[in-house]
Amino acid sequence: MYSAIVFLPLIGCLIAGLFGRQIGVKASQVITSGLLVISAILSWVAFVSVALQGNAETVQVLSWIDSGALEADWRLRIDTLTAVMLVVVTSVSSLVHIYSVGYMSHDPHQPRFFAYLSLFTFAMLMLVTADNLIQLFFGWEGVGLASYLLIGFWYKRPSANAAAIKAFVVNRVGDFGLLLGISTVFLMVGSVEFDAIFAAIPDMAGDTFRFLGYDVPVVTTIALLLFMGAMGKSAQFLLHTWLPDAMEGPTPVSALIHAATMVTAGVFLVCRMSPVFEYSPDALAFVTVVGATTAFFAATVGLVQNDIKRVIAYSTCSQLGYMFAAAGIGAYEAAMFHLFTHAFFKALLFLGSGSVIHAMSDEQDMRKMGGLYKLIPLTYFMMIIGTLALTGFPFTAGYFSKDAIIEAAYASHSSAHMYAFTLLVVAALFTSFYSWRLIFMTFHGKSRASNEVLSHVHESPAVMWVPLAILAAGAIFAGMMFSNFFVGDAYLNFWAGTISHASGNEVMEHFHHVPGWVVWSPFAAMVLGFAVSWYFYIRRPDLPKELAQTHEPLYKFLLNKWYFDELYDFIFVRPAFFLGRTLWKQGDGRIIDGMGPDGIAARVSDITRGVVRVQSGYLYHYAFAMLLGVAALITYFMFGGAL
Amino acid sequence: MLDGQFPILSLVTFLPLLGALLILLVPSRAEVSDQNVRWAALWVTCGTFLVSLIIWVRFDPSTADFQMVEQAEWLGGAVTYHMGVDGISMLFVILTTFLMPLCILASWESIQHRVKEYMIAFLVLETLMIGVFCALDLVLFYLFFEAGLIPMFLIIGVWGGARRVYASFKFFLYTFAGSVLMLLAIMAMYWQAGTTDIPTLLAYDFPYGMQYWLWLAFFASFAVKMPMWPVHTWLPDAHVEAPTAGSVILAGILLKMGGYGFLRFSLPMFPIASDLFAPLVFTLSIIAIVYTSLVALVQEDIKKLIAYSSVAHMGFVTMGIFAMNEQGVQGGIFQMLSHGWVSGALFLCVGVIYDRMHTREIAAYGGLVQRMPLYAFAFMLFTMANVGLPGTSGFVGEFLTIVGTFQVDTRVASVAALGVILAACYALFLYRRVIFGELEKETLKNIMDLNRREVLTLAPLVVTTIFFGVYPAPIMDVTAVSVENLIAGYEEALETFTAAGGTTGFTNLAGLLGGQ
Repeated sequence: MYSAIVFLPLIGCLIAGLFGRQIGVKASQVITSGLLVISAILSWVAFVSVALQGNAETVQVLSWIDSGALEADWRLRIDTLTAVMLVVVTSVSSLVHIYSVGYMSHDPHQPRFFAYLSLFTFAMLMLVTADNLIQLFFGWEGVGLASYLLIGFWYKRPSANAAAIKAFVVNRVGDFGLLLGISTVFLMVGSVEFDAIFAAIPDMAGDTFRFLGYDVPVVTTIALLLFMGAMGKSAQFLLHTWLPDAMEGPTPVSALIHAATMVTAGVFLVCRMSPVFEYSPDALAFVTVVGATTAFFAATVGLVQNDIKRVIAYSTCSQLGYMFAAAGIGAYEAAMFHLFTHAFFKALLFLGSGSVIHAMSDEQDMRKMGGLYKLIPLTYFMMIIGTLALTGFPFTAGYFSKDAIIEAAYASHSSAHMYAFTLLVVAALFTSFYSWRLIFMTFHGKSRASNEVLSHVHESPAVMWVPLAILAAGAIFAGMMFSNFFVGDAYLNFWAGTISHASGNEVMEHFHHVPGWVVWSPFAAMVLGFAVSWYFYIRRPDLPKELAQTHEPLYKFLLNKWYFDELYDFIFVRPAFFLGRTLWKQGDGRIIDGMGPDGIAARVSDITRGVVRVQSGYLYHYAFAMLLGVAALITYFMFGGAL
Repeated sequence: MLDGQFPILSLVTFLPLLGALLILLVPSRAEVSDQNVRWAALWVTCGTFLVSLIIWVRFDPSTADFQMVEQAEWLGGAVTYHMGVDGISMLFVILTTFLMPLCILASWESIQHRVKEYMIAFLVLETLMIGVFCALDLVLFYLFFEAGLIPMFLIIGVWGGARRVYASFKFFLYTFAGSVLMLLAIMAMYWQAGTTDIPTLLAYDFPYGMQYWLWLAFFASFAVKMPMWPVHTWLPDAHVEAPTAGSVILAGILLKMGGYGFLRFSLPMFPIASDLFAPLVFTLSIIAIVYTSLVALVQEDIKKLIAYSSVAHMGFVTMGIFAMNEQGVQGGIFQMLSHGWVSGALFLCVGVIYDRMHTREIAAYGGLVQRMPLYAFAFMLFTMANVGLPGTSGFVGEFLTIVGTFQVDTRVASVAALGVILAACYALFLYRRVIFGELEKETLKNIMDLNRREVLTLAPLVVTTIFFGVYPAPIMDVTAVSVENLIAGYEEALETFTAAGGTTGFTNLAGLLGGQ
């Protein structure tokens, strides 16, 4: 059964990818979506069996790399942590497949699209079921490839191609860390298998080894290198620049890859490696700081963006920051819980915005929308649910998971916990503001769209809104239903040891007992955000513009995303090209060739020109020289041997 | 002395030569005979490949000894005709015979002049290349090693591009310099040990004062072949001028002779010197990886870009080999094999569009995916293998060399890992400019997708790339024992040396220089 969950999407990918043109669009859609639905159903069965009934299992598939002590097999590890990811990935993926049938209906390359989606799902499943770091790396890079292919799906757009390359390369920067992390693990532990690593790490706390010429603590180094990979994949502060650009891809892709699943792989990695992270308070503090900073930073940028998808993209970035902050303070369960609920409401928001874009004839700029709630009420309704869940309205999914993180941040004893708590609460305020801003700008007020566009506005077909409805149900109920298992009283049984806590880390117990004002603070932040947003965009729609003018530097700073793209272009991209050109023309051209062959050639041809004209070119030279060599050798043996 | 066995290695080695003789007998007249020559060459190379598979089947991976050994007296007893393979060399023989039919297929239409001579050159080349990997006598090795350059030389010089003379000259100067030094070293070894028999020499302890000079002489030759920075500049020029099949052989097999040479001679015969010079090799390797990757980024010629990326990939190989642990060496061998078919495939891909448009300028292309979806798929796969994506064969070797080197020196491995980022940059940047975008150029509007012959040429490479990426065990099993044996011998030699009061590593250099 577990093999089926993982490999059915691969089969779908191969059929649609290789025979898409023969079997046609319809068949490709049905086959890929159908196989994913089966995979999703099996995943829920697995979830019940593994997470709720405690039947964890490992399935051997095939041997892979075996070199000396380094052994890594293709193997599926199914425990609670994996089971949670399985249901998230396959559920969202199957819904996105179905939604895409409607959304992509005008596209001429649908078999290819569905093949990529299934390929992505397969790679993601390999990632979450990995039993060793190398298979995890396979899935890790595989989802990167699928992401690259899907962002650049509309290959005629230069911006899509640029975004695709950017995503792949920035991810590779993270992978650089991950690769070195795996190497360090192998160097220190002598194995890349999870169980062996987890068994060996506790004995190494406090050990040091020589790395890049310095003596560094083993566990912290491993944790930080692995986290570098996570930062790339999950678009954390400094390595976040690719995620907003990734919105160039079709919207279902954004929902699946850049909201619900792939970008959460980093969070999964940190939780999976919790037995390592737990032994390095320094690494955990770093994770917390990066997570909280991202949550805050992305939220500030989200405040002023005008592209509907980019707002949600920054929101995703910010929410991922919440998850890392939670992991950093030791509340991995809360991080996973937020990952779980976030998948539902963020996919809902993305698909909902896709529905808006679809209705608006591919318009993404919110300044050209407004007043749509009457025209597409169903979509409006879904978006409201998503927004409520995202902002943490009581009893929606986000309410349970986000508040758990904020409370845990307060309750933790980690060194960076107050930094995290403060920034996360502020970010919650911003989240509420930009989410409602999105709703108000898109659905309320007077329409700013052209009549031409307005006349085409239509509600999406059932194949698109039914997946939305299912996600909406998840966005409302996922928190209520599972809170007890993920972070409540049943959490120890539920996780069954797949997440480890060092002794002294009792945050999971403590966060239930924080002061009242802490519990209320995210709620207050949410209400305040809503009120300000309402005042700005409903009551006084002229105010935002005025404010932007009076505080232009700040506005520009936020609008241009803190100028990270420009900065990176300046310190990495241009120098790389400059260096490449210099090394080529000067290094290879002038120095090496100039001093070496060309220089000698010039001298040689000076001489030969005067002596003899060799008709057949240089082969003659060569053959002659070789013959001389052989002759010398033979002579040597004939006479030298006799001496 | 054939151990009572059928001389399979000689058969595989000389079968192509036999084919070449056969083709020589075909009277060169009209179109018809050209076609016959093509078919004959294809049959011969396919046959050789099939026969060579028997070597793999009969190969016993549980021993590090040379197998399928043949030995006969030659040149009055001073030199013997001695052939045999072990876990290190065997797969290179298979790689050669595997790539050859594909080269013939790739030349099917693009070569229209002097077809007969062309095919003969290729078949002779095949014999000589297989000979290099099978030879167990230094002189025999040297003959194959050097003679192989003549047909290659002809292929570039006669069927090459516009600047073929310059390229050949460069090729000549570099290789000549290297081989003269190697020849001197071979003489010195004979003088010292009294034999040129490789298995005997492998067991012989060269005095360490001599090892350094011998090591350097061999290094000169192998480094040029590899090619290592800074003696790599002949490669881009040679590739650019060579016809497609020539590039495939050059990148696929000829470059591997350098790495093979390190494994066969430098490491086991001169362990003390290898240990001493390992930091030098590491330094050159990581310079190669970073430097040539950056240079690849700014290339305007597709073939040059791939040539530079080859240099970077060979940097991983030399780094892994000199890490001298199982992951490093096995990774190095795997990387060489994988690069053999991946870079070969990339050059074939370039050949496909070159045949249609007769230009290698990146700027002349763009938007090909719209007319050539099959081609775009194949090119994407090989690009990803070149980038080292897990699941393709490119990953296994690259990963193992990094992990292996990390055990020895974290700095070297860390810098090398930067190559992983840079490879993604230049490879995807190339792909985007050639394949993606709007199909705007008039000249490209009618370009055709892969024809059946081209599909047939690329398909085996697609399968190989994915198969060994997912299941590399067949290759790892063959190499494991021989590599273990190599490392054990190396470590033993170092131990004996230290026990005798020698100092290993870098400190040795001072002693060496002071002593001379």
